[in-house]
Amino acid sequence: MTLYDGTAGASYQVEGVFVEEAVTRRLQALGINDGTWVSILNRKKKGAMIVQVRGTRLALGRHISACIEVKEPAPHAGEKGENAV
Amino acid sequence: MTGQKKQIRAAFVGNPNCGKTTLFNAVTGSRLKVANWPGVTVEKKEGYAEYEDCSLTIVDTPGIYSLTCYTIEEKVTRQCVMDDDIDAIVNIVDASSLERNLYLTLQLLELGKPVILALNMMDIVEERGMEIDLHRLPEMLGGIPVVSVSAAKRTGLGILLHAVVHHCEEGAAGNVLTYGDEIENKIAKLEVMMRARFPDHSCVRWHAIKLLENDEDVRSEHPISIINVVDKSYEKEIIQMKYAYIETIVKEVLFHKEKKAAFTDRIDSVLTHPFWGVPVFLVIMCLVFFLTFAVGDFLKAGFEELLAFFSGRVSALLVSAACAPWLISLIVDGIIAGVGGILTFIPNIVILFLALAFLEDSGYMSRVAYVMDNLMGKAGLSGKAFLPMVLGFGCTVPAIMATRALETERDRRRTMLITPFMSCSARLPIYVLFSDMFFPSCAVLAAFSMYAIGMGVAILAALILHGREKSKDGTDGCLLIELPEYKRPNGRTIGIYVWTKLKDYLEKAGTTIFIASIIIWFVLNFGPHGMVDNAAGSFGAIIGRGLMPILKPAGLDMWQIAVALISGISAKEVVVSSFAVLFGVGNANSEAGMAAIVSHIRMIKPDFGPLNAYALMVFCLLYVPCAATIATVKKESGSWKFTAKMVLFQLALAWTAAVLIYQTGRLLIGY
Repeated sequence: MTLYDGTAGASYQVEGVFVEEAVTRRLQALGINDGTWVSILNRKKKGAMIVQVRGTRLALGRHISACIEVKEPAPHAGEKGENAV
Repeated sequence: MTGQKKQIRAAFVGNPNCGKTTLFNAVTGSRLKVANWPGVTVEKKEGYAEYEDCSLTIVDTPGIYSLTCYTIEEKVTRQCVMDDDIDAIVNIVDASSLERNLYLTLQLLELGKPVILALNMMDIVEERGMEIDLHRLPEMLGGIPVVSVSAAKRTGLGILLHAVVHHCEEGAAGNVLTYGDEIENKIAKLEVMMRARFPDHSCVRWHAIKLLENDEDVRSEHPISIINVVDKSYEKEIIQMKYAYIETIVKEVLFHKEKKAAFTDRIDSVLTHPFWGVPVFLVIMCLVFFLTFAVGDFLKAGFEELLAFFSGRVSALLVSAACAPWLISLIVDGIIAGVGGILTFIPNIVILFLALAFLEDSGYMSRVAYVMDNLMGKAGLSGKAFLPMVLGFGCTVPAIMATRALETERDRRRTMLITPFMSCSARLPIYVLFSDMFFPSCAVLAAFSMYAIGMGVAILAALILHGREKSKDGTDGCLLIELPEYKRPNGRTIGIYVWTKLKDYLEKAGTTIFIASIIIWFVLNFGPHGMVDNAAGSFGAIIGRGLMPILKPAGLDMWQIAVALISGISAKEVVVSSFAVLFGVGNANSEAGMAAIVSHIRMIKPDFGPLNAYALMVFCLLYVPCAATIATVKKESGSWKFTAKMVLFQLALAWTAAVLIYQTGRLLIGY
């Protein structure tokens, strides 16, 4: 699944970033890399979302969030938040 | 003593919105603009400070997340830190967001220059109940000085300067982070090659790492053959190892980090609500303009009395001094009418900038980008393009500069094209004057509608431009912006902001508007045969009459209006000045002044009513921006062709809109 498919309030672990070179680099500089935990704070139904990553809030456009592959959460993954704060 | 002083050049470097400029202002006593959204500073600025027997030159740089070179800010900052002149780097770190900020720190340490870490916002860290181990942190960063400061409360500044002055001599820290055998081997090989080729080079390790990351700029500047060593880009590995090390640091030095910023979350649940976000934004903007017009108008009475008094005294003085009538006319009808009339709008301007400063400093600006992202996406732009547009409500010039934060050249140009439609503060006097004169019962509404029309036209223009484009691969959906925590706006920051804007306004009144008023007076009082008694024979009338046929369909066929519109290109306020000078009205913004202007207009064109006035307001809203904006667009786009196209487009649009409004209105009203 991609981050775009995620729901507000849940945390996800990034498996891969597959977006344009320049955007990938920006995301990497902001700490979004393979293995990073990202939690979705708020989102619009079909559009941008607000995520928290490494203690920072970011607004991510639909195109970007749809290019971030994340691990399918385990049944109780919702509480696995401590790394993601 | 002087002349003996040691000179030190230090660069302030850090992530966007970590408080570099606030700290810079505090250290150097400068008054640069600061606000609470990433990307306020787009150019490097210099300031000076003294400490003990040293003179420090401090360079403030645009905020960056990393030392790559993919955006304009990154290029500016990178070039600045790499410069050999820089003796020390002061890395400002937002302590409340340590994990992300340290990524840049690790890169700066690799440059091989002395780095001093300024831990800013420690007060927020403490408020949230977090703790940072200030002994362990420097140990893990190679022993560099770590100074905790508060830029806003101006504490720790002396200690910071002390650290800069003394650490400068000690030189750089050693290697803080090693990348494992495979990469380190390659770095060592590249370092040898670099040293052989560029013996004087100062930051060899950093260049070697950048070569491994396949950094284009470094490769083209240092063309050494690396094929044998670099078989692929190691960028991803290098970044991951940096972040892995940061995680180790954070685990060791940061305690109680689970505490969340509940305050920000609560506000965000309303302001960035999926459905209510846009309406809330519109209501906030309505409130800003309501305050500007309603409260500003309430306050302006005092200013008017002052101006009337002043102009009466000057006039009496000149008469008693037996000055030539032409000189009295120049001073009273030209300068005082033109410049003074503009000064009476100060209350409106101050309130507008107070409100904008509040918005910018609270942390709401980035949220606007998020909230407007869907709408802007339909126009092929990211929500970030909306930030320059909001700034455009203040002044178009800094708004055009702010487009630098946008990722692509295409986005920048498109945003530059539509930003002038956002009504700037210079257009405010025109709206106040004409809506008070012709819409006495609903003046605020009439003025407010200009802002709504401007915003609508801007978005519509972006939509149409996007629709016309053949390739549809816009940056739609590519929003990427940091959302800072909300904070209580800082009085000092807002004070600096409003004062700077007010000073600009007064300066403009004293220079551009002053000169424009004199020129207008001259053009109206002189004709081909010397000084004229009746303005109808003046140069102004001759030029204006030439343009009347074009303005006729918009109901604006008065040569006086043509003159006002042309002179308005110098600065939009001059449109109002022109009317004041044209009709010899001392105080255009007073009730008597307005009545005089209306009666003068009606004498020339008896059927000039609210509809004509509205067409004129819309024309002023949309036509060619002021000369300063045109110059900025040329500078930022680097293209005369683009600038000329923009001017023509805006002229055509203004004319079309004014004609449409006038003609439709006439049909509806039926006269």
